[in-house]
Amino acid sequence: MSRRYLLLCLLLLVAPVQAVIESYDFADEEMRERYRLLSAELRCPKCQNQNIADSNAPIAADLRAQLHEQLHAGRSNDEIVEYMVDRYGEFVLYRPRWNQVTMVLWLAPVILLGLALWVLLASIRNRKAGAASVALSEAEQQRLQALLADTDNGASQDPQQGSSND
Amino acid sequence: MGRLKLFIPLAVFVVMSGFLMRGLQLDPQALPSALIDKPIPEFSLPVLGAAPATMVSRQAVIGEVALFNVWATWCASCRVEHPYLTQLAARGIPIYGINYKDNDRDALQWLQDLGDPYRLNIVDAEGSLGLDLGVYGAPETYVVDANGLIRYRHVGVVNEQVWTEILEPIVRELRREGSA
Repeated sequence: MSRRYLLLCLLLLVAPVQAVIESYDFADEEMRERYRLLSAELRCPKCQNQNIADSNAPIAADLRAQLHEQLHAGRSNDEIVEYMVDRYGEFVLYRPRWNQVTMVLWLAPVILLGLALWVLLASIRNRKAGAASVALSEAEQQRLQALLADTDNGASQDPQQGSSND
Repeated sequence: MGRLKLFIPLAVFVVMSGFLMRGLQLDPQALPSALIDKPIPEFSLPVLGAAPATMVSRQAVIGEVALFNVWATWCASCRVEHPYLTQLAARGIPIYGINYKDNDRDALQWLQDLGDPYRLNIVDAEGSLGLDLGVYGAPETYVVDANGLIRYRHVGVVNEQVWTEILEPIVRELRREGSA
């Protein structure tokens, strides 16, 4: 029984497989790796939240074929990316290049993190300063004691009397 | 100052709402073409319905402000926009067809059945011109100026609204530009 259970668990553990329809031949492992990398980084223009490795849209198949062809033609990664961007715009890059437009995109996380840290530090400092000011001075301590003693002695006394020594 | 700080969350909320409101009005499917203000790519492709080996190139289809319409018989939206293209052609708007990844027999049958609004049809059976143009789904319609530069791309059906609100003003402007 437990063995069957184990088997079931193992079946559930099968990792999701990213599969494309075509199979391509590569000259060597390095080229296969580049194909895998580029097809994962290029975005399908039609089905916008998938990369071309992942998508079964006809355009994604075309781009995979193009990618394969260009790898075989000996083009470098940069040249291939340039080719795609010339036709489909910066949009096809899942890892946008650094330029004036994408600067905001790249810098925003750093700036937001900085801002968050600043707010955090400021609030910690505030809390410390707040805690310090809560401590009573000598005179205040004495007055507090007097007030406490006062209420202890005559809880039923006229409240007017208590506030009169303000 | 302390009092003002209390408004920071409100300010953040307003800014966020502004961005999100804008986001609601944007169509994420509408990508600007990477070829805006660039020339139509060079090509040499067959003409639909012409004698075999009749090739057409970029030079043959430029010279005046025209629409380039990417279509195919397998594309349902193309059927939807076809009657409107026919109307536009009847009004004297030059339209060139790019028959994208289609087969000639079906395409010719389609034109025979539904009418032919095109000056001529470029046969792009392999989708090579489509790839160079950055086509990612038919129908797409490009506005090309007299110098053969792509000035606008519309992805999706061209209808009365798209024509009067977007394409016609561009075509009118380009024609004015050309005659000036």
